[in-house]
Amino acid sequence: MAEEEVKKGKKEAIPRQPMPEQAPEVRRRNFKEVPIGYTPETAMLEAQRCLQCKKPSCVEGCPVEVDIPGFINHIKEGNFTLAARHLWKKNSLPAVCGRVCPQEIQCEGNCVVGKKGQPVAIGNLERFAADYERINGKGELPPKAPPTGKKIAVVGSGPSGLTVAGDLIAKGHEVTVLEAFHKPGGVLVYGIPEFRLPKEIVFSEVAFMERLGVKLECNSVVGRTVTLDELFAQGYDAVYVGVGAGLPTFMNIPGENLIGVLSANEYLTRANLMKAYLFPEYDTPIVKGKNVVVLGAGNVAMDSARTAMRLGADNVKIVYRRSKQEMPARKAEIHHAGEEGIEFFLLTAPTRFLGDEKGRITGMECLKMELGEPDQSGRRRPVPVKGSEFKMDCDLVIVAVGAGANPLLTQSTPELSLNKRGYIIADTETGKTTKKGVWAGGDIVTGSATVILAMGAGRKAADSIHNYLKWGW
Amino acid sequence: MFKIVKREEMAGGTVILNEIEAPLIAQKAKPGQFVILKANETGERIPLTMADTNPQKGTITVIYMVVGKSTALFKTLKVGEGYKDVIGPLGKPTHVEKVGTVVCVGGGTGVAVLHPITRALKEAGNHVIAIIGARNKGLLILEDQMKAASNELHVCTDDGSYGHHGFVTEVLKKMLETKEVKLVVGIGPVPMMKFVSKMTKEFNVKTLVSLNPIMIDGTGMCGGCRVSIGGETKFACVDGPEFDGHQVDYDGLMQRLQAYCEEEKECYGTFCKMNK
Repeated sequence: MAEEEVKKGKKEAIPRQPMPEQAPEVRRRNFKEVPIGYTPETAMLEAQRCLQCKKPSCVEGCPVEVDIPGFINHIKEGNFTLAARHLWKKNSLPAVCGRVCPQEIQCEGNCVVGKKGQPVAIGNLERFAADYERINGKGELPPKAPPTGKKIAVVGSGPSGLTVAGDLIAKGHEVTVLEAFHKPGGVLVYGIPEFRLPKEIVFSEVAFMERLGVKLECNSVVGRTVTLDELFAQGYDAVYVGVGAGLPTFMNIPGENLIGVLSANEYLTRANLMKAYLFPEYDTPIVKGKNVVVLGAGNVAMDSARTAMRLGADNVKIVYRRSKQEMPARKAEIHHAGEEGIEFFLLTAPTRFLGDEKGRITGMECLKMELGEPDQSGRRRPVPVKGSEFKMDCDLVIVAVGAGANPLLTQSTPELSLNKRGYIIADTETGKTTKKGVWAGGDIVTGSATVILAMGAGRKAADSIHNYLKWGW
Repeated sequence: MFKIVKREEMAGGTVILNEIEAPLIAQKAKPGQFVILKANETGERIPLTMADTNPQKGTITVIYMVVGKSTALFKTLKVGEGYKDVIGPLGKPTHVEKVGTVVCVGGGTGVAVLHPITRALKEAGNHVIAIIGARNKGLLILEDQMKAASNELHVCTDDGSYGHHGFVTEVLKKMLETKEVKLVVGIGPVPMMKFVSKMTKEFNVKTLVSLNPIMIDGTGMCGGCRVSIGGETKFACVDGPEFDGHQVDYDGLMQRLQAYCEEEKECYGTFCKMNK
């Protein structure tokens, strides 16, 4: 299409460029990434669809306020490196966000083009620019402010911690990130599977931060190896706590300790962090179920179900007590799971797990549910249907019904005020906690949420920490 | 890397001692706590309760029995080489206080875990009777150390090749019958802890056991190490590893320890073939 035509207001004529993907029947048995990524040509074509609004509502939908028309304009011009650098001004993890953000309820949900048709594929373009720069870029570092001599400890190397680290290192502070696991990345590494977010990308983003001067200490369990007060005694001026939720929720029904009933945290950590999908090349084993049940219908449930399919299951069922409408997962994830042959057993709840004499799971008893009046969450409450008991055979159950607040750090820090569910109380605008010099953000404040919301909290906290180091608490 | 500074083979090479440079952990660790070790990039995370620490030297000591691929891999590590990752100290320390007469019962490599606890209980002013056992004399470990750490030491072997001919529970019974025992600490194979607890329950004596279920993160995140304690689910990594011996569902624990036995056999078999 000639550029002239586009300029004359025919942008609507260009359809949203589809993301090329591995075919479902192929990808359901491998761990390679599902979307393949735009070519430069497709990206430039898609970029032309952006109206370059003067008051861009897409930016209002972005928790870290990426200048979306700005970076898309660079892509349109073919300046991919400039596009990536532009993204970097507001987002330290663009290759990650382009893949895992729920764009449909954020930037793309606000896109004006989307009012009449399909919104601009902002996520796909973000991913393209970041990938292009990672693969082809010269690795030039963004500018850094002169050293301030201030030291900050960031506890947790997940999305919020990395955002704080990236922002504060750019402002000239010394930043050390403490990670409890043996590898950095938090949920990006232990939780999100390879086929949705290749680990190489996370490690490359972390390596980039290390090149900027961020120090990384793995195997450091704050609350055990070192406490917050000891960090201050070591000379840190401020501490950011972004340890994630990290406490598995179980169903509290009989038979839950049978072999073959795993929390999604355990299942995904084995598969992703420990690379159990490559067993026995890697030493950590994983239960390879043939008849797999996943309880829950959030993103973690979809990740678990799709992982089980890739590990060779004959069938995988998502069992959820509400209806399709209430499923909390991103639409794209539900769609991908369905394409890969995952079955959905909605309005169904287990009441007990059944096992054999060796203590291994063989099935579960279930009840059918119907939707009643809305509950506190505003969603209609599932109510058991009388006499609807039935049995479902399975040899692996993955419990993906949410997470709670891990108390390891908070127990060793009594001055941190917690809410009644154990999450840290922090100011929503600044991330300040009740302990002087300590900020918190991400899932340990909000409960399980998204990568980008954790990053948004990190951004606000980084600004507040910077102000504190200049002006005081 | 966490360097191995001292390595000893015990019990005919089936049990290995590693003293490892880990200054941060050495300063912090207390008796009863554990570490997670990972040998290399592809390795598993293996939890081991520490047998000793030396804060001045900045080292910790672990003693493990070679039972599968990961421990066989650990065994190949020489002095000067090391572990890629060591994480800790994890778990709650043993609650040590002066209560009077205490019996510390250890079996197999459980004696290694029992040793620092025994020493701490004696240092706290208790009269500590130690009972340690093994299948035969050749498999017995840390006899001299346990002698030094306790006020009196009794040794048992299943085959009678050394000390009392029989199980540790037989000597324990004698102690419970003749002395006013305030606390029993039992650490060893799960069946041993089960029978120690069964016996002390009859005598109504408080009993601590240290559990070692399958674990990944060791920080309360995965729930793989869950055990049923008095009908309630607890995580050994953060709520333990020590629990009231009278409340533990030992049969459930033994079953869960078998979760990956097939995979472990496969992995170990391949490793043994490759290293012949």
